[in-house]
Amino acid sequence: MNAVSVLFRREMRLAMRQSADSVMVIAFFVIAVVLFPFGVGPEPNMLARIGPGVIWVAALLAAMLSMDRMFMGDYEDGSLELLVLSPVALEFVVLVKVLAHWLTTGLPLIVTAPLLFVMMNVPTEIWPVLLMTLLLGTPVLSLLGSVGAALVLGARRGGVLLSLLVLPLLIPVLIFAVGSGDAVLYGTGAKANLMLLGGVLLGSLALTPWAAAQALREAVA
Amino acid sequence: MLHYFANPTRFQRLSRRIEPWLLVAMILCFAFGLYFALFSSPVDYQQGHTVRIMYIHVPAAWMALFCYTAMAVAAAVAMIWKHALADVAAKATAPIGAVFTFLALVTGSLWGKPMWGTWWVWDARLTSVLVLFFLYLGYMALRDAFDEPGRGARASAILVLVGFVNVPIIKFSVDWWNTLHQPSSVLRMDGPTIHPDMLTPLFLMAAAFQLYYFWLVLVRIRRELMANRTRALRHRQAAA
Amino acid sequence: MAVFSGHNIDCVRGERQVLSGATFSLESGAALVLRGANGSGKSTLLRLMAGLMRPVAGAITWDGEDIADDPHEHNRRIAYIGHADAVKPALSVTENVSFWSELSGAGGMRATEALTALGIGHLADLPARYLSAGQRRRVTLTRMLTSGAPLWLLDEPTTALDQDTSDALRGLIDRHLASGGMAVISTHTDLGLASSGLLTLGAAS
Repeated sequence: MNAVSVLFRREMRLAMRQSADSVMVIAFFVIAVVLFPFGVGPEPNMLARIGPGVIWVAALLAAMLSMDRMFMGDYEDGSLELLVLSPVALEFVVLVKVLAHWLTTGLPLIVTAPLLFVMMNVPTEIWPVLLMTLLLGTPVLSLLGSVGAALVLGARRGGVLLSLLVLPLLIPVLIFAVGSGDAVLYGTGAKANLMLLGGVLLGSLALTPWAAAQALREAVA
Repeated sequence: MLHYFANPTRFQRLSRRIEPWLLVAMILCFAFGLYFALFSSPVDYQQGHTVRIMYIHVPAAWMALFCYTAMAVAAAVAMIWKHALADVAAKATAPIGAVFTFLALVTGSLWGKPMWGTWWVWDARLTSVLVLFFLYLGYMALRDAFDEPGRGARASAILVLVGFVNVPIIKFSVDWWNTLHQPSSVLRMDGPTIHPDMLTPLFLMAAAFQLYYFWLVLVRIRRELMANRTRALRHRQAAA
Repeated sequence: MAVFSGHNIDCVRGERQVLSGATFSLESGAALVLRGANGSGKSTLLRLMAGLMRPVAGAITWDGEDIADDPHEHNRRIAYIGHADAVKPALSVTENVSFWSELSGAGGMRATEALTALGIGHLADLPARYLSAGQRRRVTLTRMLTSGAPLWLLDEPTTALDQDTSDALRGLIDRHLASGGMAVISTHTDLGLASSGLLTLGAAS
């Protein structure tokens, strides 16, 4: 456990010293959402209708943008080989990386989201549930993203490829998350959606570290 | 037994012997299937002649799922037992599956125009098939993205397994999201609800597609094995 | 006394046979120097010894046990220095060094001692992005000292090092061997170690 915390501290320290990366992700998130009123017109009801979906899609894309860096630095400078050889089980290395990725991208996305709710005229009664979906959903992005990021190490056009691999797998997250907001508006309650989202989170938590670790072993072999 | 046929040379000899039979069986199934489908099956009282698209659309959609399952099984075998042949089978299956998926999408869209009045409807099943098509594309792109073929093979094996676990979740979520499509009418617990005269051509076409798959996959595996041998010879040339 | 050996190792890299029938054995206190032309499989053999790759045929054993049987145990035994430096430019030299030593949690030298031993003690607080190639290499080499591992696997350790540092490195390896350690070193230049075997790898047929 001590080794895990050593690794976590190193990841966070690296992320803090390269905090421009996180800022860029947030900037992309905001700009992507802000483009929509220009594209579809500024009519408030229309924006309110599409707001949650647009914000979620933008969050997906923003998370993708930062994903390929999760292991890339360590792969290129040889650290990844040493992490594979370290006494920490590779699955835990993946989990630590995922946690660090979530803290530096997922969490800032959640913090920024209310600003975009205001700009997209999202009804205030669904704010809590939307924030809840982001809280449950963004860790899934980091988890599934870790598998994609590990798979494309050493590949040509890794970044674009990563999106092609991971985005289809994230469709359920998008559906359940945006569905929660609609469910509240229709008065059916978002409990089922949130439970499903939680289930997806638990499932990915159990399975993705294994797949990512396997992919990392292949990457350094 | 698996080990016995996993030997590439033995496999090639065996597959060369089976291929002509598969080809003949496939042509027969296609001939009868198409005859029944196009001429000798009843016209749907609601859909008219457009119902005949079903005889391509439904088997193609079945094959789309079948090929993905076959790929996942082959990938698992390749990963666990390190069978080179299983890996080649996965590679050979991917484009076939992608083409079936594409065919299912196109025929679904053609069917949609007269039925729903528009080329594309975001109905649950069509959408699931679309996502499946993306999974195929991702697999082929990843497989192709490495300079070292072995690395692409192992990475894409992991991907197809992760995708396979996800397929039911995607299917479920898309159903949840939208159910416009007519309910499933063949694979039901209480037996098929469509006219038996429609079932004959449907199953004949399904058999034809299946035979087509097996024939093509054998040919592709054989071609792939020969390409491997050529590459090995080239490497030996470079080393000498 | 531990024995680290490999017998009839074949390895295929990509689709090329890199090693065929490589055999070696070394005991505590001994070093093995790998020589051979580029592409003769020196790096590959070291990666096999580290357990990063598995041989296609043959086995690598520690005291008779295949290293693949218990990779975690083997990880504890080795300090692997590859081609890449694994130095993070955003971290200071000390942060770089102590990360790997704390991660392995083993009782080798302390970070400051190791830096001094390699003659870069004065750089401890400098961010690693300011280091020259030779200095970065020395930061990398501290890992073998801090790990406390009995088996050092060094891939071209003298790359980018000047003569003085190469001599210091030889001294450190000799001391490691004298205290019962082992080392496998691939190199183009003659290190002149006190006691070492030689394995020359030819192009695989």
